[in-house]
Amino acid sequence: MSSRKPTSKPKLAVWKFSSCDGCQLSLLDCEDELLTVADSVEIAYFLEATRAQVKGPYDISLVEGSISTPEEEKRILKVRKQSRLLITIGACATSGGIQALRNFKNVDDFIDIVYAHPQFIDTLSETRPVSDYVSVDFELHGCPINKYQLLELLNATLNRRKPNIPNHSQCVECKRAGTVCVMVSQGKACLGPVVQAGCGNLCPSHDRGCYGCFGPKETPNTISLADWFSDRQSMPKRDLKHLFRGFTAGSDAFRKESERHE
Amino acid sequence: MGKTSGGRAILPAQSLQTLIDVVHSQGYRLIGPTLEDNAIVYDDLENVENLPLGISDRQSPGNYRLEDDPSAGYFAHVVGPHSWKRFLFPAAQKLWSATRVDQGFSIQTPEDETKLAFIGVRACEIKALQMQDRVFSQGPFTDNGYGEKRQNCLIIAVNCSRAADTCFCSSMDAGPRVTEGFDLALTELQQGRHDFLIETGSANGEALLKELVTRKAEDQDFAEADAQLAATEASIQRRMPSNIPEVLERHLQDEHWQTIESRCLNCSNCTLVCPTCFCSTVEDTTDLTGQHAERWRYWDSCFNTDFSYIHGGSIRQSGAARYRQWITHKLSYWHKQFGTSGCTGCGRCITWCPVGIDITEEAATFCEIDKRS
Repeated sequence: MSSRKPTSKPKLAVWKFSSCDGCQLSLLDCEDELLTVADSVEIAYFLEATRAQVKGPYDISLVEGSISTPEEEKRILKVRKQSRLLITIGACATSGGIQALRNFKNVDDFIDIVYAHPQFIDTLSETRPVSDYVSVDFELHGCPINKYQLLELLNATLNRRKPNIPNHSQCVECKRAGTVCVMVSQGKACLGPVVQAGCGNLCPSHDRGCYGCFGPKETPNTISLADWFSDRQSMPKRDLKHLFRGFTAGSDAFRKESERHE
Repeated sequence: MGKTSGGRAILPAQSLQTLIDVVHSQGYRLIGPTLEDNAIVYDDLENVENLPLGISDRQSPGNYRLEDDPSAGYFAHVVGPHSWKRFLFPAAQKLWSATRVDQGFSIQTPEDETKLAFIGVRACEIKALQMQDRVFSQGPFTDNGYGEKRQNCLIIAVNCSRAADTCFCSSMDAGPRVTEGFDLALTELQQGRHDFLIETGSANGEALLKELVTRKAEDQDFAEADAQLAATEASIQRRMPSNIPEVLERHLQDEHWQTIESRCLNCSNCTLVCPTCFCSTVEDTTDLTGQHAERWRYWDSCFNTDFSYIHGGSIRQSGAARYRQWITHKLSYWHKQFGTSGCTGCGRCITWCPVGIDITEEAATFCEIDKRS
């Protein structure tokens, strides 16, 4: 690429696919750190923040959203081609997002119900994570992502070190913070033991069970957890199915577990 | 701090505030049991009202509930989700930070000179503190931060007036009677009265006792305290088989590990509530400019795959391997490494396992397997 201007700052691009924009906003939400971020990278493509566009290739591409349409299917290949590092951010990009609920049904049935003129809708039968289409260098989980994890990821990338982003359970985060387990102390349904840490134990510290916004943790034993809810807390099958069909329903582990309770 | 050093007295429960005041006046940060988020946790105590008077707990595998009990004293509860390790071995601790200077970098180490006082420390918890002392302060490599905090730490122990369904300290030789490692030991007496029998275990404790207005302890006070402790001990249902260290080592390849794996969530809760588990991970961070770096230490767990990560991947991939690592270290290899078991029989891992896996039940199963083989 001879057109690339000499610059010492890495070029950052932020791309949107099928999503609500919440994860991109996490970057703008880095209020105190935003100026340093802007200082450390050249924000080359970020339509949520600026109309100015710098051509690729890009050193770091942050990709938000799932792949839901034939157009997105093609566009993600182009993004990959132009990006040295491709990092997917958020539940949509890493597991298909809330829109992956449609994967459990026939999408044409939905289109007929929702749209007055279904013939104008051009969509894929399933919405899938970006990693199903292109190789991804790092997946940052969350719905939305945690801005501190995003900063850590950028810090690590720019300083060429491994990011400190764990794959362990939400329970580790609760225990480190001293948050009392809502499952054991109140019998509340909580996905924490099978969900990846990262949200800052938001729900359990506000007296609610974990909804699984950060998706499955490493080696999640969903069967054992679901059996406990069913045997000990008499949770009906329908509720069990819904428990695993939240924002990360499209992840393999949660999809399979929810299907056990159809 | 040694065994009971002789000082004994009766403090009326209505004067408990004076004990709290004396501890505060000596410059300690006083931490003790208090009601928060549907559990009795350890947190700062300002006054006697912060203690959970009239509240008791019910515990079973994977289950913890509080209940109001008008007859319950200040220390009628048993151990809860917290342990004292979080104050001596914090869950997240900045070890040092570094700032780039003209040539190289300068290092700053955080200093914390807070003196800690713990009230409501149970016999099993004293045992746990002593186990962590061995790990952090008495090995070839010492953790100075832990050592200093621990050395200056005031321990006001409490003899348990009841046991939870998950307790098994008596079979670990760790309770319920407080016998050593305390400055003051309290026994709450409530038969037709509300008093504390105070025993001293150190010169610090003696000095503290002199600051309080107490009356002489009589034979009947000791008799009531002894009877209460005997009843507590008699009510303990669970036990750890004494031959478990060898039994586990004989059955490292048994298929029962797979049965446990099918239940175990490998969520790490057991290790994080355990008062003796000491594993940590160290993380280095940098800021965006690369001018400032920090090194932090966090509680880690052998149930996380990263814990056994070496070049090429994690050694303990399966849940079976991770549970086996935990229980064999705790109950078998700890003896070789530190000269004692790593378990105090507090029962926290049983209560706080989200799916109620019971270490005593698993130990009993392995003993059955051993008998059959």
